[in-house]
Order: sequence, then structure tokens, then C-alpha cells
Amino acid sequence: MKISFDWLKDHLKTASNEKKLLDQLTNIGLEVESVESLSAENELFKVAKIIKAEKHPNADRLKVCDVSIGNGDIKKVVCGAVNAKEGLITVYAPPGATIPKTQINLEVAKIRGVTSYGMLCSEYELNLSDESDGIIELSKSQYQKKIGKCYFKKTNLNCIDLSITPNRPDCLGVRGIARDLAASGFGKLKYPNEKEVKSKIKQTLSVKIAKEKNQGCYTFGSCLITNVKNTESPKWLKDKLISVGQKPISAIVDVTNYVMLDINRPLHAYDADKIEKGIIVRNSKSGEEFKALDNKTYKLENGMCVISDNQGVLGLGGIIGGIRSSTEINTKNILLESAYFEPVSIRKTSKKLNLETDAKFRFERGIDPNSIESGLNRASTLIKEICGGEISKIDVQKIKNFKNRTINFDPDLFEKVTGLKIHSKKMFQILGDLGFKYKKKKKYLELKVPSWRPDINQQIDIIEEIARINGYDQIKTISPKKERYKPTLNKIQKLFHFLQRAVATKGYFEAITWSFTDQKYNNLFKQNKKEIKIINPISSEIGVLRNSIFSNLIFYIRKNLNRDIKDLSLFEIGPIFNGSNPGEQETVVGGLRAGKISRLSWIEDDRNVDIFDVKKDIIQTLVEAGYNRSKIYIDDNTPSYYHPGKSGRIFLNKHKDKVAGYFGEIHPNILKKIEIKTEALVGFEIFVDNLKKTKKLFRDQKKNYQVSDFQKSERDFAFIIDKNFKSQELIQIISNVNPNIISNVDIFDVYEGENIPNDKKSIAVNISIQSLDKPLKDEDLEKINKLIIDTVEKETGAKIRS
Amino acid sequence: MSDLKKIKEETLSKLRSKLDLSQINELKSDLFGKNGKITNQFKKIGSISDSEKKKYASELNIIKDELQTLINLKISEIEILEVNEKLQKEKIDVTLPERPIIRGKIHPVSQTIDEISSIFSEIGFSVEEGPDVENEYNNFTALNTPDYHPARDMHDTFYLDEKKQKLLRTHTSPVQIRTMIKGKPPFKIIAPGRTYRSDSDQTHAPMFHQVEGLHIDKDINMGHLKGCLNYFIKEFFEVDKIKMRFRPSHFPFTEPSAEVDIGYKIKDGKIVIGEGDQWLEILGCGMVHPNVLKNVNVDSDKFQGYAFGIGIDRLAMLKYGINDLRAFFECDYRWLNHFGFDPLDVPTNYRGLSR
Repeated sequence: MKISFDWLKDHLKTASNEKKLLDQLTNIGLEVESVESLSAENELFKVAKIIKAEKHPNADRLKVCDVSIGNGDIKKVVCGAVNAKEGLITVYAPPGATIPKTQINLEVAKIRGVTSYGMLCSEYELNLSDESDGIIELSKSQYQKKIGKCYFKKTNLNCIDLSITPNRPDCLGVRGIARDLAASGFGKLKYPNEKEVKSKIKQTLSVKIAKEKNQGCYTFGSCLITNVKNTESPKWLKDKLISVGQKPISAIVDVTNYVMLDINRPLHAYDADKIEKGIIVRNSKSGEEFKALDNKTYKLENGMCVISDNQGVLGLGGIIGGIRSSTEINTKNILLESAYFEPVSIRKTSKKLNLETDAKFRFERGIDPNSIESGLNRASTLIKEICGGEISKIDVQKIKNFKNRTINFDPDLFEKVTGLKIHSKKMFQILGDLGFKYKKKKKYLELKVPSWRPDINQQIDIIEEIARINGYDQIKTISPKKERYKPTLNKIQKLFHFLQRAVATKGYFEAITWSFTDQKYNNLFKQNKKEIKIINPISSEIGVLRNSIFSNLIFYIRKNLNRDIKDLSLFEIGPIFNGSNPGEQETVVGGLRAGKISRLSWIEDDRNVDIFDVKKDIIQTLVEAGYNRSKIYIDDNTPSYYHPGKSGRIFLNKHKDKVAGYFGEIHPNILKKIEIKTEALVGFEIFVDNLKKTKKLFRDQKKNYQVSDFQKSERDFAFIIDKNFKSQELIQIISNVNPNIISNVDIFDVYEGENIPNDKKSIAVNISIQSLDKPLKDEDLEKINKLIIDTVEKETGAKIRS
Repeated sequence: MSDLKKIKEETLSKLRSKLDLSQINELKSDLFGKNGKITNQFKKIGSISDSEKKKYASELNIIKDELQTLINLKISEIEILEVNEKLQKEKIDVTLPERPIIRGKIHPVSQTIDEISSIFSEIGFSVEEGPDVENEYNNFTALNTPDYHPARDMHDTFYLDEKKQKLLRTHTSPVQIRTMIKGKPPFKIIAPGRTYRSDSDQTHAPMFHQVEGLHIDKDINMGHLKGCLNYFIKEFFEVDKIKMRFRPSHFPFTEPSAEVDIGYKIKDGKIVIGEGDQWLEILGCGMVHPNVLKNVNVDSDKFQGYAFGIGIDRLAMLKYGINDLRAFFECDYRWLNHFGFDPLDVPTNYRGLSR
């Protein structure tokens, strides 16, 4: 909502200045979004006289003019206007000025070889009218003596743009803003005498509101103005509209706009001669069409509130008028409409048709139902003043009566909610100034809500009004109490934060990427999950919710590789989506590593990142998070986006319940598909929601401390075993031979090749043997050695390597 | 001179000369080896008369001990010398680079969330969460924003179905609803998380982060709201004084509603929070609307309180001097390295938010 201080002063008696005004507006909740200075800009535009106009040497349609801009100063200007001729008084814009219409900043420019210093302006370019043929012709008698002077009147022309919250339709009119300011002590509200139209002429055009279900129009007021001569608006009116960024069009349109901006009363003017027989306000029928003032044809659905005549739809009530009945400069008789349309009906219709108009914006927020007559009075009087003609009596059709709401307000509630005690006198003053009528009852106030405040429905609304106008700065600040009802984080949240930092300590940079992703990337990792489309994405690149943590991560790995960063470790912890219902999501940690380790190191040999790097990262993270390494169980059943031979699946224990994670090389086909160029790309995923959360407290995690003081023996064995046999199982089998005395099993060599059959491999293990309760004798050791070999050979088909 | 004395003198004189390890070992075996001079003296004992025997044996033992000690001393002296000499030759260029360092980083948004949680933890708030996909009811209707309410225009919403029943939450406020529906007052929670709006330009990203706050009890009023936010902002920006302005505004789910601005100035091209006469909007808040309490079955005659919503990314930008919101989500490795935090820097109450 744009206003100017000048306009405010039509309603507000104040001696204060604009700076204070801006502060006060913000303090009472009418936020100042910007202040645009029109005057400084406009001072550049000068009244000027063409003293010579010659044909441009290189262009038939251009003229080179010598322009006098006062004090003997003459400027050469190239001009294309047909009417540019010697002696014409017009408006000159110097280099540096910004043309209001086009927002082009003028510079000294060569036009077909002739240098032009500035420009002569048309009314269109100055936003004065749509007249774009030729430059402005100012009357000699009026402007002869003003050559060199500013064309625009020097006024306090700052245009103040307010951000009006959707609950305050009343402040979409200057008067509403003035009323709020007055209530807060910034000036006094003026009560101008409203001229009531006293007419003996009947409103002869019949108006009917159809009694239908879901009728969107409750009241339709109208009057006829006959024999008008539509014309350009007078300067005061044009100036007023321009001062708030509106474009003057013609007197009739300008007057309706002015009344709308002044008291938030939207009106619509019809060319009465174009209305066939009479007005019927009714619900539209599916398939009906009409051409609106925006020159677009709209196809209507059932149940939209339309203004129609015998021929069909004239306009969408409260949203936009139609071309067929629009006023023009030669319109003679007009019908002025002032109606009340129901907000929800307005909103439904405009949403369906995707229509945004000033009237719609206002009606959907709620227009004062009691402003029907005053709107007609003001507008018709003004039109008559400017365009002449005769005004008819006002006709009001109604299907519903408006009654002011009454609220019983308990004044004590104010202190309860705000913590602030204020004097009841102050309360009454604020409410009275805002337009409330009040009666004091025993324990409460009986408040009658003004008709322009559809947002006031209950006591809390009253509290806000008083608090707002009285000033939030009056409310005292109470220091917070440290009282706690629950621990800050629950176990799942603690786990989340722990994993996040645990992964980062492994050398990964944390990324936060969008929860949505490119369908193309999502498909690479989605497996058999359901695709979840966003039905109104801002671009197809983020058209689906991600089914995997990898789709965005790999995208950004690729982007960084393209930046020539060769060695990358990125991870993200966040949601992935399994369905489109709330809750069908899970938290996943995903990490990707690309490139080499120790690239260009003088001391270490470089090597590609590999599966055992990410295996270490994921296992160490899980172990740090409190899961027992010796219980972790791994197999090689992994999703297809991993390398089928170089990837693993992790369970927290062998009784495979839920997958804790995956790790491995990313499938080379994926790298090929999205053109990733790197030496190696490996990754892991941890499914946080699948991890057990029944972790004990620290104090319960510590078992009894137990170490052995007896001699430890170490023995090395090498087994020739099936190539596909899993080392994990071998370790398990050896450990199980006698868990009491086999304290550790390490694999220190794996070998395939010479001297080993093709389908076999050699695994060398180092086994530590130590008893907790007695020294082991040589024969004990011999026994256990033999048992180990026998067991392994029996259970795995392996042979001890001699 | 007796043999013994002679042996001793000879040995002492040899020990005075410069010897290396092999020479002294030779000397040692000369004396104490199988046919060593001292060993041989011991062999002699048998042939000495009984009267002399005792004296001789004792003398021999003394000399033996003495020489042994001296030789061992010399050996360790030589060893130390030789090690020192060897080490001198092993000197390397210690200014060569260390083995490659692996460093990880925590995203500034995550760090900021942890900072926020730490601050609110200090005054008794606990952390709640809600799903990213919400139903229309929790995101709007229950928050007193009915269908066809113009306030819905303030949120450009991503929808997941044609009926517009399922959507990506446009704010963290639905967590209020979920928390209050499943529990009983009092409530004292914050809810950080991802939020989404179909809006994308230099200052808007389609995804961003908010933290919701909710405190409902019997006597929580606007003064508590001011106090809580004042405390938070001061702690967060780690300043002693903060200029704050509560300005009336409108949100359907709070009443009275306010927007909060903080004072700032630009000094040497950098933003200074808490001073100056420029205002910067940083959050929205208010007293929870009675209609909202009704929707979650909380008796608004008995309970009342406040709620707030803060843009986390915005706070991080202000605190850490980050200019471009969109950079948060672009994963530029250099950016993450520059603005990321060491994972060991966990913001806590007792250690403070930062080092």
C-alpha cells in the first residue's frame, strides 16, 4: 500500500514531520517497506521551448532541435516527435534523468551522427497519460513565463510503501492508516463533511441479486450518472495518483481509483448504455466466457459470482470488469457499482482463474460493508464536478443485513497476556479512537466492533489492538527462568549429532543439499522405491523428493571435480523419502570419497581411495557411536548402484534384522552415465533409523575390568581355502574354537597366485592365546593348535599350508 | 711387583687410552675370558699354600671387581659416544611437510543449529522434530490459517498431490501442533529443521532452515517472550548488549504478533550487530493464538504462552559474515572448507559457543 504524507494529511491533523511518521507507522504495525523520493528525481524535468527545429541530416523522421531551458541556456536535442516544431513549449529531460515510464536513465548520446543532450518528453513517458503520439504541448499563456522552471510541482512527494498485513483491509485505504495513527497519538483524525447526493432522479436500471446457494454478493449499491463528458482528470487528481505510483487514465477511472485508495472502497463504473436491460448478479455456469479489461478471455466454471445482463457476463464481481461494458472517453451515461462481495468466494474464483487485481486483493480481505453509500456519494459527486451530468438516487439491493459484532471483553485479560498494566482510561481512548463503541458492564466491556474491522472476532484481537497502539516497547522484559521439563536431546537426537561429528572427524566435509533432486539423478539410486513428484516444482531439476542420500551428493562431487578439485570427501546427514505421506521418511548419513589419498606427497605413496577406506570410516563411526565391532556382521548383498564385487552390507549383529549400512565402490556405469571423471569413487550409507537406540548409559556400558596376568602365546597359521570363502567367517570359526583362551585373531596376509590352486586363496592369521585363570603349558598350546587346525579344516574345507 | 698388581697397572693404563667398542671387548676377554689373565689367576689359587690362599683370593677378588666395574663404565661411555656420533649423522630436514592431514568440516548451518540448541538448553528448552512432508492441516488449518485465507499467500507452497493435502512444510510451526497434540502442557520446546517454499532468487532458496520455539504454561506472557528472545540474541551473537525492537505484525497462529528487528551498523564493510541505527528483521513471534490451542485441545483459559520462528540460515549469515544464502546449498568444497567448523568444536554451555 503506497501513501504520501500529503494524502495522509487529508485525514489527519498533525504538525509532526515525515521522519517521525515513518517511525510511528512501523511502531503500530504498519511496516514501512520503502520510501521512494519522487521529488528529487522529478526536479530534473524542466519546462522548455523549442527555438529551432531542423530536419536531421541523416534521418527523415528525426529532427534536431535547439531547446531553450531558461537563463539563455540552449541544448541540442534530437527528437522523433512529429509535433516538435519551433515555438512549442514542452518538457525537457536532461542527461542523468530517469524517464518515469521506461525507467531508462538518459545519457548524452549520438543519434545517427548528431549528439543529443537529453530528451523531450511525451505524456506517456512521464506517466501522465497514455498519450504517446508526440511530445507534450504546454499552453503558451500558462507556461511562457515558466521556461527553465521545474515542470512538476515541488511538494513533499515521498511515496511511502507500507507492507499491510493480510488482517488489515481497512489500512488499504489512507483513511484507515490515518485512524490508526490518530489512535496512537500521532495527530487528530479529521471528519470531513460527507456530501450526500440528494437527487430526485430514479436509478432506472434494474439490479437484481439472484437468490442462490453460495451467492458471493451480499449487497449491490449503484447509481446512474447521465450525460457526463469523460475527460482527462484535473491536475490535483492526477498528481495525487502519481504520488502513490498510480497511472492516471481518465476522470471516471481516476475517481474510482482515488476513492478506493482513499477509503478502501472499490467501485466499478459501467457504460450504462452498453448494459442490456439490467444487471443480474448470479453464479456463473460452466463454460460461460467473457473478455475482461485485461484483454484476456476467461472461461468460467460453475458458481463464480458474475455481474451479468441479458446478453451474458459483464464482469467478475469484485475481481475484474469486462470490455463489453467498459467506460471510454466518449462514454455518456455511467452506472457506478459499490458492492459487498464475500471474501472466500472472491478468493476461490481468482485462484481458479489465476487473476490478481487491486479489487480482488481488497475484497478477499474484507471490505467495509457499511461503505457502500459513502463510496457512491463521494465518487459520483467528484465525477459530476469533473465531468458534469446528473446523478440518480442510490439504489441498494441486499440479500443479507450486516450487523456489527459484539465482543464482551474482560480488561484484566490484557495484563494477563501482555504482563503490562495500563489505565482503563488509556484503554478506552485507544478503542474509541479505533472506532469501537463500548459500554461498561459489571465485569467486562461490551464492545461493538467497527464495520471496517473484519479481523476482530474475539478478546485476543482486542488485546492486540491495545498492545499495538500503546506500543510494544512498553511491555517489560522478563528474564528467562532455567526451569526444565525434559532433557534437551533424546537418544535419537544425540545419536544424530554424534554421527554427524563422528563422520566429519574422518575427514569428510559436511554438505547440506536440498531434499528434492533431479529425477535423472534420483533414478540412479532409487531402486524400487516410489518416486515422489512435486506437482509444482520451480524447475525440473528439483522435481522429485530424493529417495537416496546419494543423488545430490554425487551431483556435487561431480561439480567439485569439474572445479578441478581432485580429492574430495563429502557427507550429508538428512532425510530421504520413501513415500509422500508425513513420516514416510528416514534419516540417512551418506558419504562419498573421490580421488586419491596422499596425492603428491613426498613421503607417502599415493593411492586411489578404495572400499576399505570407506569401510573403515563406516565401521569406526559405528564403533565410536557405541556399537560392538565384534558383533558387526557383513555380507555382500548390496543395491545395484554399488560395484557388485566391491561393496558390502552391514548389520549390527548376525541375526540380520535391519540393514545398518552399505559401503563400497560406486558402480562404474553410474560414473559413466553422469560423466564423472575421477580415479576412484567410493561411498557409504548409514541408516540411522535402523540403528538400535537402546544404548545403555555410560555408567552401565562399563563391564568389570578384567585382564590376564598369564603368559600370552602367539601362533601363525596359513590356510589354503576356497577363493569365495569369507574371512569374516574364518575369524568367527577360529574364535569359537575356544573363546575363553583365544583372545585375538588377526589376518596378516591374503594371497592368491603362484603355488595356490586357481580356485583357492591363502589366508594367514595370527592368533593370540591367553588364559584368564591359569598359565598354559606346552601341551595345552599344542592341543589348542591342533583343535584350531582340525576345526577350520573340517568346517571350511581348508587345508593348513605347510 | 706381583702379577696381580702388574695386571692392574697394565689394564688401567690401557683404559686411559682411546678405545673403541671392539678394543675394549678384547681387553675384557683378555682379562676375564677362558684363558684370561684374571681367570688364570683364579686357576692358580689351588696351588698356593693354605696360609697365603685366603689373602691372595681376597686380593684377587677386589682387583677383579675393580677392573670389571671400570671396564663396564668405559663400555657404557663409549656406547653413548658412539650413539651420539651416529645420531649426528642422521640429522634430517624437519621442515619437510608432515604426512597428509585429514580434516573434516561441519556445515555452518549445523554448527548454528547446535549453537541455538545449546543456548536454549541453558534455559530449559528441549528439542522436538517433525516430518518434512506435512499434511495441509498441520501446516495451515490447525495454525489458524484456514483454506482460502489470504495469509496463505505469504507461503509459496510445494505440493505433493493435486488435492493439495500433502506438502513440504513451509515453516517449522507444524511441530508445535504435533508436540501439543501428543503431549500435555507445560511445553517448552524448540524445533529446528528444514523448511521449503517455492521461491528462488538471490535472497531466497527453495529450502532453508527455521527453528521454532514454543513455551506454554499457566502464566507465560509477552514479557517472557521478550526476555527469552533478548537472552537468545545476546547469547547467540556473543555480545553484552543488544538493540532490539519488537514491532507489531500479523501471523495467523499468534496474537498479539510481533516481528523482531535488531540494531546494526556497517563498519569497515562488515556488519556489527547490536549497535547503530539500522534495523534488521530477524524473526517473527507472538502469543500462541487461542484458536491454535483449541485445535490441539489445550485449555486456553488455563494455559497460554508464546511461539517464535527464526531463520537459521539468516542467523548464520549474520554471525559469520556469509553474503549469499544459496551458497549454503551449493557444496563448493572451497566454501565448505572456508566456512565450515572443526568437528571438535561442539558448542556447549560450559565451554561456550566458540573458542
